[in-house]
Amino acid sequence: MKQIDKKQAELKELAQKGRISRRDFMAKAAAMGVTVAAATTLWSDNVKAAPKRGGKARIGSAHGNTTDTLDPGTFNNGGIIHQGFGMRNHLTEVNNDGSLIPELCEKWEASDDATEWTFTLRKGVEFHNGKTLDTNDIIASMNHHRGKDSKSAAKPLLAPVKELKADGPNKVVFKLSGGSADFPFVVSDYHLAIMPADKEGKVDWQSGIGTGAYAVQKFEPGVRSTFKRHPNYFKAGRGHFDEVEFLTITDVVARTNALTTGEIDMMSRCDLKTVHLLKRRKGINVEEVTGTLHYTIPMHTDVAPFDNNDVRMALKYALDREVLLKTILRGHGVVGNDHPISTANRFHNGDLPQRKYDLDKAKFHLKKSGLSSISVDLSAADAAFVGAVDAAVLYKEHAAKAGININVVREPSDGYWSNVWLKKPWCMVYWGGRPIEDMMFSQSLAEGADWNESHFSHKRFNELLVAARAELNEAKRRAMYYEMQEIVNMEGGTVVPLFANYVFASSDKITHDKKMAGNWDMDGDKAIERWWFK
Amino acid sequence: MSQIAKLVAQRLALGLLTLFIVSLIIFLCVEMLPGNFSEAILGQSATPETVAAFNRELGLDLPPHERYVTWLFNMLQGDFGRSLASKRELSELLGYRLENTLFLAAVAAVIAVPLAVSLGVLAALYRESFYDRAVNVVTLSSISFPEFFVAYILILVLAQNMGVFPAISNISDELGFWEKVYRTALPALTLTLVCVAHMMRMTRAAIINLLASPYIEMARLKGLRPTRIILKHALPNALAPIINVVVLNLAYLVVGVVLVEVVFVYPGLGQLFVDSVRSRDIPVVQACSLIFAMTYVLLNLLADVLSIMSNPRLLHPR
Repeated sequence: MKQIDKKQAELKELAQKGRISRRDFMAKAAAMGVTVAAATTLWSDNVKAAPKRGGKARIGSAHGNTTDTLDPGTFNNGGIIHQGFGMRNHLTEVNNDGSLIPELCEKWEASDDATEWTFTLRKGVEFHNGKTLDTNDIIASMNHHRGKDSKSAAKPLLAPVKELKADGPNKVVFKLSGGSADFPFVVSDYHLAIMPADKEGKVDWQSGIGTGAYAVQKFEPGVRSTFKRHPNYFKAGRGHFDEVEFLTITDVVARTNALTTGEIDMMSRCDLKTVHLLKRRKGINVEEVTGTLHYTIPMHTDVAPFDNNDVRMALKYALDREVLLKTILRGHGVVGNDHPISTANRFHNGDLPQRKYDLDKAKFHLKKSGLSSISVDLSAADAAFVGAVDAAVLYKEHAAKAGININVVREPSDGYWSNVWLKKPWCMVYWGGRPIEDMMFSQSLAEGADWNESHFSHKRFNELLVAARAELNEAKRRAMYYEMQEIVNMEGGTVVPLFANYVFASSDKITHDKKMAGNWDMDGDKAIERWWFK
Repeated sequence: MSQIAKLVAQRLALGLLTLFIVSLIIFLCVEMLPGNFSEAILGQSATPETVAAFNRELGLDLPPHERYVTWLFNMLQGDFGRSLASKRELSELLGYRLENTLFLAAVAAVIAVPLAVSLGVLAALYRESFYDRAVNVVTLSSISFPEFFVAYILILVLAQNMGVFPAISNISDELGFWEKVYRTALPALTLTLVCVAHMMRMTRAAIINLLASPYIEMARLKGLRPTRIILKHALPNALAPIINVVVLNLAYLVVGVVLVEVVFVYPGLGQLFVDSVRSRDIPVVQACSLIFAMTYVLLNLLADVLSIMSNPRLLHPR
């Protein structure tokens, strides 16, 4: 018996060091009397459990523009977000299991009403240039997004911060204008990266120096960037590659070709039309994660006929989401339930019945609304999401059966976000989603929010939003968020047809933890930090 | 010769006027597009406040004519300005891209021009033969397909199935010359396939056109070999139209290769141009279009000068 234990231990070691192939491992395990199923688990546990350092990883990203800069306030696409996570850190981090963990801080504490948050900095964290992280860096990095002259997209996120100051050498205190139980989540946002500050309290974003796992060697926006591992990276068990080459390959066919011919090791955004073929290919792993990415079709609830809730309900029932899921996403996603909270969120209300395509109910609500027939314009462009125009045309077909006439207006993709979204009473939109309910609701549905795309104004909803934000008792918060999801589902002006999966692929030489984050593409846009070569 | 110098000076002056008009048109067009740079960069997450702050910083809150005049004034002093997005000097930003574009165009031209001309000469020599038909069918089919399709076919055969060349052209400064040529091979081949037909057909037509003239008949009656007739007697006189079409194709190789750049992820000027239009980065758009316009002006001038030198009669149009 002892002999076998020893042999098993040897075998595990071989597997961990990658000195044995899976086939040999299985054969030898079988010889020791281990069942195939048990051997498979043993293999994956052991091979995946021990990350290895080394190698040059080449990643092909679907996103990235020549206009990208290293200023995190202007980050606006997955490519630059991924690179940002590689070169810099944040106060907190959304882990690959969706939980929030400290990153540049050791811990955080809140006052009882959740208006004052104290972050204790991790000691001895070093920037790429050798500078040690201190409270000035944190304050300057946050102030970069605040103030009158801020041109940062994260300005609204930090709007509730009234005062920000250091408390001793390694504590930073945020005073907020109202309670916010999720504030530590807010500071994990990809815009709020920590950069080194100079004496005047200005940050140096130009050089790309950060505390992250990889230091920028070369940054050619929209083309390629190269990174070298930061030798003094503070985080244990992360940042495994010696070097990273980050390529922007916007054409999906080129990206797929690059992966299958071994020019790159991993790619984001597979082509959903051909991904079943890619899966069949040897040496390629295709992975899929359901996250917070979702599509919305918001109606302006203060514009006729959308000001009538029965019209909104009729429209919500008049869409066959299953067909949309099958055709637009080819099954790579889940149907939405007319509220923006995903199954990846903590307080997703699973008790709420799923809204289905129901012509009787659609006709019932249409009749109740007092309008015999309605004719509405739906604006769409593929800038909203790939297939948005097709989705609108499908919607038109589905709704026609309930006596609703949808006129699909094809808008130019160029300038879609400035001229159509928030301007046209009904249009197609996508949301990257937010890791927390409060952020999602306050940005897209709260009264007075800049991006309240449905002009939603609901007294109870807004009261609950403020109350839940400051509530530190989890059970009570859950109840509130459940109610809010129900309100939006029953009375909101937004049709939420689909949550789209992130589908990405890598060569089988690459591996990662069992869990992968769903807050962004490619393991929370942290593949270069979290993945490694077998 | 002085006449040529005069012609060159005249054409250069006209070229400057063309460039000015081009810059004005491009500026007006970009102004007319919906949205401005700040809105394009902030995208879905733009708020009126941040857009205003952005505009203030970049001077986009000034009226358009003021911005154009400032730009023109700086331009005349040799200052191309900076990219709105990256604040980088345009000369630095564009230099690298232009170098890449010219490199790709050069590799493609080195393959395509001799190939096209010799195929054309041979086709004229053996006209109406099986070879003539075959070369016509092949080159005309390759020009008839969209370039990205030709590119995908080449990738499928040469990169996926045979693994001879890389599927994407990931090039950078650190690479040696031959490594760069190797990685540029597939886009260069694509461009070759796309532009050979035009040059080849022109060569063939120009030569065949001359074959009916009396002096060729004379040469044939003297008993010269067909090869000698074509190379020594016909080709020199057919050079003018051939040079014209070759140079126009060279201009195409510099200016019209955006699709090929996208398919092979080649970091050239075209890709930068498209990105800049999308984000309304006017200084970059202006500089790119001026480079493109200048390419056409200069190459056209070159074509005319070379034609005249090969056939001085062209100096005196009837």
